[in-house]
Amino acid sequence: MLALAVVVSVSTLLGAANLGWTRVVHEVWAQLTGGTSPLSATEAAIVWEVRLPRVVLAGLVGAALAVSGAAFQGVFRNPLADPYLLGAAAGAGMAATIVVVAAPSTTGWIIGPLPLAAFAGAVGGVSLTWLLGRSAGGGTAVLLLAGVAVASFLTAVQTFAQQLNTDTIKQVYSWMLGGLNTTGWREVLITVPYIVLAGVVLCLCARLLDVLAVGDDEAASLGINPGRVRLVVLLAASLATAAAVAVSGLIGFVGIVVPHVVRLLAGASYRVVVPLSLLGGGMFLIVADHIARTAFAPAELPIGVITAFTGAPFFLLVLRLNRGQIR
Amino acid sequence: MNEPASESTSHRALSLRGVSARYGSRVVAADVDVSLEAGSWLAIIGPNGAGKSSLLKAIVGIVAHSGEILLDGTPTSSLSNRERARAIAYAPQTPQLPDRLTVTDYALLGRTPHLSPLARERRSDLVVVSDVLERLDLSALATRALHTLSGGERQRAVLARVLAQQAGLLLLDEPTTGLDIGHAQALLDLIDRLRYEEGATVVSTLHDLTLSAQYAEQLLLLDGGEVVAAGPPATVLTRENIERHYSAQVEVLKTEHGQLVVAPTRAGSVRSRKY
Repeated sequence: MLALAVVVSVSTLLGAANLGWTRVVHEVWAQLTGGTSPLSATEAAIVWEVRLPRVVLAGLVGAALAVSGAAFQGVFRNPLADPYLLGAAAGAGMAATIVVVAAPSTTGWIIGPLPLAAFAGAVGGVSLTWLLGRSAGGGTAVLLLAGVAVASFLTAVQTFAQQLNTDTIKQVYSWMLGGLNTTGWREVLITVPYIVLAGVVLCLCARLLDVLAVGDDEAASLGINPGRVRLVVLLAASLATAAAVAVSGLIGFVGIVVPHVVRLLAGASYRVVVPLSLLGGGMFLIVADHIARTAFAPAELPIGVITAFTGAPFFLLVLRLNRGQIR
Repeated sequence: MNEPASESTSHRALSLRGVSARYGSRVVAADVDVSLEAGSWLAIIGPNGAGKSSLLKAIVGIVAHSGEILLDGTPTSSLSNRERARAIAYAPQTPQLPDRLTVTDYALLGRTPHLSPLARERRSDLVVVSDVLERLDLSALATRALHTLSGGERQRAVLARVLAQQAGLLLLDEPTTGLDIGHAQALLDLIDRLRYEEGATVVSTLHDLTLSAQYAEQLLLLDGGEVVAAGPPATVLTRENIERHYSAQVEVLKTEHGQLVVAPTRAGSVRSRKY
């Protein structure tokens, strides 16, 4: 948690607009103690209205994606399970495309049809996958296959919509590559309740995910209802994913990599992995976003690129370091 | 270690009346009637596909069944999931062991029925688990990840989870799978000893007929889902029964200590003829 605090502070202190970090520290101190600050009004605005909410949002989104990844991996007993595998991403993407295509003028709205549609699309995608999986007999493998099928179908719809409206492709793609560039406190407020709720539910269910890991038969013999646990966890994880995707577009890698890294560093029990994924995911994305906005200032890199660039080598490094513990 | 079994682990008498196990509409074990005294050991034997595992699963409650299953006179269907889990512990034939979990964390899963769904483990649960690990000689391996254990150690870890449940009825599906003769004997001896120390009733399926004769007090022979023989080993394990239901040639012998041994005999081989 200390690391998280450090990361948050550093990210806020530095940034594209070169304000000088000592001056920013003074500003914070001034706000807290009611003294005068060396920053001008615009500069202060940058810190409080632009940078800080962005850092907070990056933390929230990262936490949401990472904890959903851990939850999906627990529910499906599959290390490749990922928030996007159940059609959440495809659903969000398709819904976003439709909004962009149908009402392009509204995409600039902060609270508008775009985030709402993405949200509905993500949840819709997961529900569709769930229903298909159940009607085809239930069980983990069938559910994953249904997810792949749903994702393919929704992506096809999305591509079709894009083909019909090539003038809006650029907007859709920039949304799809993921980014936190136009976010402010509004976005934080929109997502905080959902992400916090989902996070709390998932942390409470962490022990049950451990029980699920031994298989449905044994889990049932231990007195829990595997189907019900799975449903609750899936809903919570989808909620977190949808909230994250709705404001930040599609940011890949976080949901798969962070839980695995946490496992390698802290052990495989979900009682530990779930809460640590929350923190680790938040940290990871804050750092990634920081790099995205400062590396080539004033231009911004799409955050999905950063997460892949930083995530992949880090994962490989941890794998190497723990070679002895891995079969 | 030798204190009398507490109430939660008291012996459980099991009674099955007309129990049939079903997968959907397919009946895999029909009309089973058997009564087991508290603290005794029943071995369910039979050829492959006879419905042994399904019957066990029906008793646990994870396979649909008709008929009555009574624990100390109470029908298990009247128990909630958690009450049943506190009374009956089950180890499947091929348990799924999460590779990276430590032995302690895995055994802690056995405490699940004693915890409310969203609660965390308490100190008393940890004490139960460390006690169980000590009795199973697993204390030295307590923090090792499951995938680093040998086959025999893994089977003991599964037993640890089962015992951590502190249930009065233990259902063990082929507990000696994959174990060599020495380890198999050691495990069965352990279960037998724990039976008395813990105060548990044991129902197991056993592949090896000799071992089932030596450890169980009562046998149930299933073939094609039907009970074809039941009773003490000497009455069930006859050459005729085994020949008829297993299509195998055997001789049932007695060791000098009076223990039953089922020995496969070879009808005649090319090699035995002298040229």
